[in-house]
Amino acid sequence: MAKFRLPANSIVRKGRYYAAAGASRGGRIRRFVVYRYDAAAGGNPRTDTYEVDLDDCGPMVLDALIKIKNETDSTLAFRRSCREGICGSCSMNICGRNTLACTRAISDVRGDVRVFPLPHLPVIRDLVPDLTHFYAQYASIKPWMRTQTPPPPDRERLQSVEDRDKLDGLEECILCACCSTSCPSYWWNGDRYLGPAILLQAYRWIADSRDEAAGERLDEIEDPFKLYRCHTIMNCADACPKGLNPAKAIAEIKKLLVARRF
Amino acid sequence: MSLRTPLSQARGLGAAKEGAGHWWAQRLTSAFLVPLVLWGAFSVAMLGDLSHAGLVAWVQKPLVSAPLIALLLVVFWHLELGLRVIVEDYVHLAWLKVAVIVLVDFAVLLLAVAAVAAVAGIAFR
Repeated sequence: MAKFRLPANSIVRKGRYYAAAGASRGGRIRRFVVYRYDAAAGGNPRTDTYEVDLDDCGPMVLDALIKIKNETDSTLAFRRSCREGICGSCSMNICGRNTLACTRAISDVRGDVRVFPLPHLPVIRDLVPDLTHFYAQYASIKPWMRTQTPPPPDRERLQSVEDRDKLDGLEECILCACCSTSCPSYWWNGDRYLGPAILLQAYRWIADSRDEAAGERLDEIEDPFKLYRCHTIMNCADACPKGLNPAKAIAEIKKLLVARRF
Repeated sequence: MSLRTPLSQARGLGAAKEGAGHWWAQRLTSAFLVPLVLWGAFSVAMLGDLSHAGLVAWVQKPLVSAPLIALLLVVFWHLELGLRVIVEDYVHLAWLKVAVIVLVDFAVLLLAVAAVAAVAGIAFR
């Protein structure tokens, strides 16, 4: 049943304060309040505060995190790779919104920049959540082309321009998990509910004209928990840093499941 | 500690291959409720005579008792569908979830039968 109180070791305490170095005191100083936790070490999570001189820092939140790690506190852990919004590694919760640190401009944030890991996932360390179950759910929908007809011997499988257009708004997904971890249904029932990201991926294959397993795919997700925990709360579309609409993809799946009954 | 693979846990017992019917019924019952509730609200609002005898005479009209029973059936059907979703969302203990769903179904059934019997009792008096 519902738990109304946080476990004692989940209460976030105030941590250390790192003032900007003397030389940059006169610059444009911004405070970054960053969640810190080490599952291996145990204890309580804390928020450390770092002063960052924006005159000596790139424009994005990720730039500031990299600067903090390079110059102030090398123990800060976070994921990052492409720094241009295509790899989905640096997804985190910035000032209450799930987004990519590399595409969120510091200037778009008012006041202290509060940086937390994605909500409602086990934290491995600092801003690094455990995405094992999320990836396993992705694997469970068999996200590859399933066909019975062998491909033509002399070329790839063809797809008309119109059919390719149907994948717009789906294939751009980078699996950053911003949407799934913003979804209350995924918070409460994430063990069984596939969540918006994985369902959008499922629809990406159902909608692909070259795939021959739409029926099996629909069978595999027609379930009160895997699919129908979506109550069109729409946090997913609100959170997606790529501007996609997973709720619409889920609605399309639900429509197809009804369409095949008639 | 579980030694099952993450994929085994994600797959679980597979899909129930059920849910589309529930979802469709939820939409259909909401659509049916629009005209029925509008009819019910307007009819009661237009009623001049709100005395007991007046209301009994009103319910006894076939063109009132029939849609009234339909309204009650659809309301309770929709109620059962919605309550089930709420229980599935928020009750996470497996046996308790099943128990609550069964109890809710039974309670809604009793309420629906009582409501329909009340109208039918007046209509066929």
